[in-house]
Amino acid sequence: MLVDPKDFPILKQKINGKPLIYLDNAATTQKPRKVINAISNFYTKSNANIHRGIHSLSEKATTAFEESRAKVAAFINAASPKEIVFTKNTTESINLIAKTFGELNIKAGDEIIVSALEHHSNLLPWRMLAEKKKAVLRIIPLNSDFTLNMTEYAKLISDKTRLVAITGMSNVTGTLTPVKRITSLAHKAGAKVLIDGAQYAAHIPTDVQSIDCDFFVFSAHKMLGPTGVGVLYAKKEILETLPPFLYGGDMVKSVQQDRIILNDIPHKFEAGTPNIADVIAFGSAIDYLSEIGMDRIREHDLKLLKFAKEKFSKYKEVALLCPKDLQKSGGTLSFTVKGVHPHDIAEIFNQEGIAIRAGYHCAEPLIRGLKLNSAARMSFYIYNSLDNIKAAEKALKKVLKIFK
Amino acid sequence: MDLYSEIILDHFKHPQNKGTLKKADKEAEEINTSCGDEIKVFIKLNKEDYIEKIMFEGQGCAISQATASMLTEKLLGKSKTQVLSLDIDYIKSILKVPIGMGRIKCATLALSAIKRALS
Repeated sequence: MLVDPKDFPILKQKINGKPLIYLDNAATTQKPRKVINAISNFYTKSNANIHRGIHSLSEKATTAFEESRAKVAAFINAASPKEIVFTKNTTESINLIAKTFGELNIKAGDEIIVSALEHHSNLLPWRMLAEKKKAVLRIIPLNSDFTLNMTEYAKLISDKTRLVAITGMSNVTGTLTPVKRITSLAHKAGAKVLIDGAQYAAHIPTDVQSIDCDFFVFSAHKMLGPTGVGVLYAKKEILETLPPFLYGGDMVKSVQQDRIILNDIPHKFEAGTPNIADVIAFGSAIDYLSEIGMDRIREHDLKLLKFAKEKFSKYKEVALLCPKDLQKSGGTLSFTVKGVHPHDIAEIFNQEGIAIRAGYHCAEPLIRGLKLNSAARMSFYIYNSLDNIKAAEKALKKVLKIFK
Repeated sequence: MDLYSEIILDHFKHPQNKGTLKKADKEAEEINTSCGDEIKVFIKLNKEDYIEKIMFEGQGCAISQATASMLTEKLLGKSKTQVLSLDIDYIKSILKVPIGMGRIKCATLALSAIKRALS
């Protein structure tokens, strides 16, 4: 493991009499004490509303909140903290773009491109928008090794394409998509690009300026932060052209009888009191990740994934749903076992204290597209070890024994 | 007691009354959207509304499929009114293993389909 599991109080417990092994990190990650303390410290020492008060507490809260924004900007190498909008999760970030950028720019006959890998959250907002605007939704198919078919992508893109919305890393197959190439091809056609970074940002060193995407969205809770905090990164020049998403307090500078003056970015998109405590605690999560280094996290993921692939591919009943090339995957390994429903696999793993996910993984079209009804998934993070994977293999043997 | 008891595994591996019923009076389908379990039931009633034949089709986890198989055996000859009054407690009584919160949907999927077909 990359970190001392003692930093994560939740991991101390036993499940069904066995030490908890948490392999459901693509759903959400556990929180280090540093993050838990940050929440408690805020409410104990600094709680006040932000951007409003003259009093010391409000200043303290505002400073800490804006420091978190700066940390997020630095973490993904945004050009300015003004390009960081806090939302409640990745889903809300994507919906915000659909309701502002989408409403403004997508017209009848225009095209939006997504991929066959998308989570429902990066599919449904575009499907609904396309329906409403009589636009066309195009879907990039997969190659047989679960990677994106870039030849088909190149064919789909045209001067009708307004937006390419694509995941950086699949939450099911772990596939890493070539985000730079996707973006440059889209830009050549005059389309904007949104990268769903919900998995990507937690596992891969992220540089939005190098990717050059127009929008990048992710969630705090999948990278050691609290639930209830999402991020929308958007290029400043685009953010400035967009209408507000929600109306209310803090997004406006002045409200007069006959007109309103909107606040500057990013505040224009943060109506109402935000999730102050959790945004501040997210700053601590970013500190924790940065101290380790995202390059080392990526290395660790690859070490675990390689080991898990070796162990699990030994069994003829097991099918792995991941790219062959290790470098094209993040730290996620989905699999099926012949004759056993993934729900039963997860149940037996749980009997061994191992938390994995089974089901559609909020990507039903992908699962059905692979001619499956469900899949089991192990997803790794910094507190997992090779021993955890050995334990998973032991649980797999138990599955095979019960259902032989 | 282990969830994967011999009886449950036996019904899962060798399901009873699996298949379609061509001249069914009643049929209905239930899907567990969170995990993809599917059960379709076909029922033939006699003149007094007693179950004369019952078959099921489906795919999914051991619990949902074994329960479906067991129910088709247990409910044969029961009246429509009797079946409509059954609930999770009845399922628990025939499965005889502890059913956790996460598996209630799996365990009741077949009964839901049967009740829907009959109502």
